[in-house]
Amino acid sequence: MKPARFDYHSPTSVDEALALLQQHANDVRLLAGGQSLVPMMNFRLVAPGVVVDLNRIPELAYITDRGNVVHIGAMTRQRAAEFSPIIGEKVPLLREAIKLVGHLPTRSRGTIGGSIAHADPSAEIPMVFQALEGEAVARGPRGERTIKAEEFFRDALTTSLAPDEMLVEVRLPAMPPGAGFAVEEFARRHGDFAIAAIAAVVVRDGARCCKARLATAGISSCPVRLRAAEQVLEAEGLGESAVARAAEVAADAVEPLADHNASAEFRRHLTRVLTGRALLSAVARAA
Amino acid sequence: MAQLVDVHLKVNGKPYVGQCEPRKLLADFLREDLGLTGTHVGCEHGICGACTILFNGEAARSCIMLAVQASGAELVTIEGLAKNGKLHPLQQAFHENHGLQCGFCTPGMLMAALDFLRVNPSPSEEEVREGISSVLCRCTGYRDIVRSVMAAAAAMRSETTREPAK
Repeated sequence: MKPARFDYHSPTSVDEALALLQQHANDVRLLAGGQSLVPMMNFRLVAPGVVVDLNRIPELAYITDRGNVVHIGAMTRQRAAEFSPIIGEKVPLLREAIKLVGHLPTRSRGTIGGSIAHADPSAEIPMVFQALEGEAVARGPRGERTIKAEEFFRDALTTSLAPDEMLVEVRLPAMPPGAGFAVEEFARRHGDFAIAAIAAVVVRDGARCCKARLATAGISSCPVRLRAAEQVLEAEGLGESAVARAAEVAADAVEPLADHNASAEFRRHLTRVLTGRALLSAVARAA
Repeated sequence: MAQLVDVHLKVNGKPYVGQCEPRKLLADFLREDLGLTGTHVGCEHGICGACTILFNGEAARSCIMLAVQASGAELVTIEGLAKNGKLHPLQQAFHENHGLQCGFCTPGMLMAALDFLRVNPSPSEEEVREGISSVLCRCTGYRDIVRSVMAAAAAMRSETTREPAK
């Protein structure tokens, strides 16, 4: 229950961190908040020969309001995001979801970028990243590039980041003023990873739905958008029967995981129920 | 020869220096290298909360931090709650309200509760339940822990109103 031996580096700049990633390719792990990595190392599920600690690169932690987009440094603590007025005002869906991420002590250390780059299938922050159509900024030896949320997640714990790249920033478009939003999660205990969760954002124009966004956590190997369900709402509006139809379409569309927590059929059932609940809440909140 | 790293930190206001392998966990460093055995190690993978300490003022699980990460930081452990032989209001409240049985989770519970009350000094009972949910207790069933935290919150609020601004 103790980590295997490793060589430890604590760079003070992104360039230094990238050089270490290149130098020790295949045997290196980046240490961000450590709330996922260190338990895995304690179990020796992973035993990297080199650990690069990102916690002494202060330039990586920030929350900046750029008007239509919020820029979040990858090492921003979840706790900082939870209490950030910018997050609360511009992307309140993130604040709502963060309250479900672990517990306050894990949020003191866990980071926004770490959660997204680690890409646990049951994690809530990647789900919000999908629902808000965020962008990831990756930096590597070839420079910087942006990766859209819909192209970021490949499989469980697997992203589009190249081995010599690191996530430096997460960009979230500001939610339209008056947008309704909700997160519904099913877990065994408060703070647990989601067995199934749905994040919903709706923008209404009278009875019409001008925009609906739905994303999942815990249901499949990656957080996914429920596009068919979104289209139902954008075509049929936000009334009870449209919401019920959207929930059915969502349940049909997912490819649910089966594991010791839940069968595939149960996750499919949860998709329908949680989508319905999230939409009803989001619609009620929408101006 | 294993890499060794230096760790300079403050714990409960007192400076300490140590040297250890980078893989040494902060919880083990506190207990073995600094002799501060009040911080307990339960699950060793960050889910039971018994190892909770304050790291630069915020609750954190010390079994999933590396000791080297604490270099330059200010920590508060359970040993730092009582002042001049007087129990902290949280400790007093747990004592009066039967907030512990075996006591193994208690250091973590107190540190988590301390951070929680700083963020939310006037919690409802429901909020306390959520606030302590980061620490698992196998003995008590939590009822008296909740009572203890509610009592401590009241005591700490009245202390704040009595004390002049610092």
